Amino acid sequence: MGKLTREDVLKLARLAKLELTDGEVEKFRGEISEILAYVEQLQKVEVDDLEPTYQVTGLKNVTREDEVKDYKTTPKDLLKNVPAAQDNQIKVKRVLA
Amino acid sequence: MSQWGSVSSLVKDVQTRKRTAKELVQQSLKTIKVNEDYKAIIATTEERALKRADEIDRQIAQGEDAGRLAGVPFIAKDNFLAFGADTTAASNILKGFDTPYQATAIERLEAEGAICVAKANLDAFAHGSSTENSDFFATHNPHDKTRVPGGSSGGSAAAVVLDMAPFALGTDTGGSIRLPAAFCGAVGYKPTYGLVSRYGVIAMASSTDVIGPLTRSVEDAALVLDVMAGKDEFDSTTIERGKEGYTDLAGNLKGKKIGLIKEYFDGLDEDVKKVIDAATIKLKKAGAEVVEVSMPSLPLALAVYYIICPAEVSSNLSRYDGQRFGFSAKDVKDIDESYKKSRSQGFGSEAKRRIMIGAYVLSSGYYDAYYKRAQTVRTKLINEFKEAFSNVDFLLGPTAPSTAFKIGQNTDDPLKMYLTDIMTVAVNLVGVPAISVPAGEISGLPVGLQLIAPQKKDRELLEMADKTEELLK
Repeated sequence: MGKLTREDVLKLARLAKLELTDGEVEKFRGEISEILAYVEQLQKVEVDDLEPTYQVTGLKNVTREDEVKDYKTTPKDLLKNVPAAQDNQIKVKRVLA
Repeated sequence: MSQWGSVSSLVKDVQTRKRTAKELVQQSLKTIKVNEDYKAIIATTEERALKRADEIDRQIAQGEDAGRLAGVPFIAKDNFLAFGADTTAASNILKGFDTPYQATAIERLEAEGAICVAKANLDAFAHGSSTENSDFFATHNPHDKTRVPGGSSGGSAAAVVLDMAPFALGTDTGGSIRLPAAFCGAVGYKPTYGLVSRYGVIAMASSTDVIGPLTRSVEDAALVLDVMAGKDEFDSTTIERGKEGYTDLAGNLKGKKIGLIKEYFDGLDEDVKKVIDAATIKLKKAGAEVVEVSMPSLPLALAVYYIICPAEVSSNLSRYDGQRFGFSAKDVKDIDESYKKSRSQGFGSEAKRRIMIGAYVLSSGYYDAYYKRAQTVRTKLINEFKEAFSNVDFLLGPTAPSTAFKIGQNTDDPLKMYLTDIMTVAVNLVGVPAISVPAGEISGLPVGLQLIAPQKKDRELLEMADKTEELLK
């Protein structure tokens, strides 16, 4: 794996919904390449037939009853941090062009 | 010498009306004010804290039970949702966030009479090892103002050592409680994964995040853990608390088998090694059996972590989109531009870096080579820990490869900064409990000793650490 190209970094930014300045693109290109080169060492590790681990305490499919509970939190509480709200709904900018 | 004494002695003073909760809260607020220039604190919750203190004093005056932590002030890292001040995670994107609910950990402490007095500084979203990544300001080490306190719970560790409160809360995803505890000279406890509910704590890497206390003694850490531990219906990853609880530390070191982690001593700084060796000799004299243990995959842990962590970060930080809460960019024409501008202006460099690495290792074509491979090497690490614990009761090593470094020393080199966590990350990947206790000093800077136990052996680990702490005093 060689150094990331400018286009690689722009693609990652697009996937992550980030806009980068030219300076940031150059900076991240170097830094992310260096970090990826470091983690590259895992490619050489012998893993035989080991399975990946995603959950370390062995819990599986923890479920609960689907029932209404009163959490004493009002819609007003829940909406107080919303940048724009109207009629108890979150207001966003145009979605379709 | 601390102005506080042990947490249990404070509670006794409040319950017997020797001191009031209000006096303790005022003392805490005063100490925060006096030490302002260390920049450990983002905001105090003064008004609410004083009100709660009055309520606790009233309960006690009326002969009611005010709880096991009655009147004890504490400081929460600012990634815990708590009433009384904004919750920012030290990030610009969450500046001004007024939480509609509190974290379970905070609720449980409050139910036993503890009082949150302030929110501590951190690396924004807990991304860092020095607290320099805070979007607001860097925190200074209590032992040397030109040095970092470690991170990401650097504000919490510095606050405890500066005596601002009897205890503080932190979070540990790759070492963020233990490392600052080591750098500042505090006790830092990282519980078994899932033992303390993370509901209401801002998520970083969900498969390794845990919550724990930073304190002045192991005994205090055990008491705080005991109050917070156990299942929570709001966090489906929580596990049952141990039947014996966590405050019985009566056992002794005789016959306990301790494994020195070979890989952590290979090439270790000579001065750090001397401090840890001296501690080991004392443990032997006290009756513990000390052997060397090798876990050959340990040197890979940091690489595993720096794939898994950014992958989970990129997922957890996708919710900061400028629509439901947090910073929202003005003058945008459509929702896509709103997402991009809000995130680009709101996130700092480290968050952006981790989000993009995460996007890379999770993207199709690279997923198997990076993410899946990292999770498989993680299994290898888990197996090596299991093997080690089939021979010894506890593992021992340094908490960090060095003492606290200078502010600004590693800020231009993210990889070098990541290497600070080389001795702490494996524990998170494997989900076992670990603790850092002060072991000595090098030129006035504290060194931390790390003890590690198998999953769910939290009580045994605290008991062991309590005895170790006594020997090292």
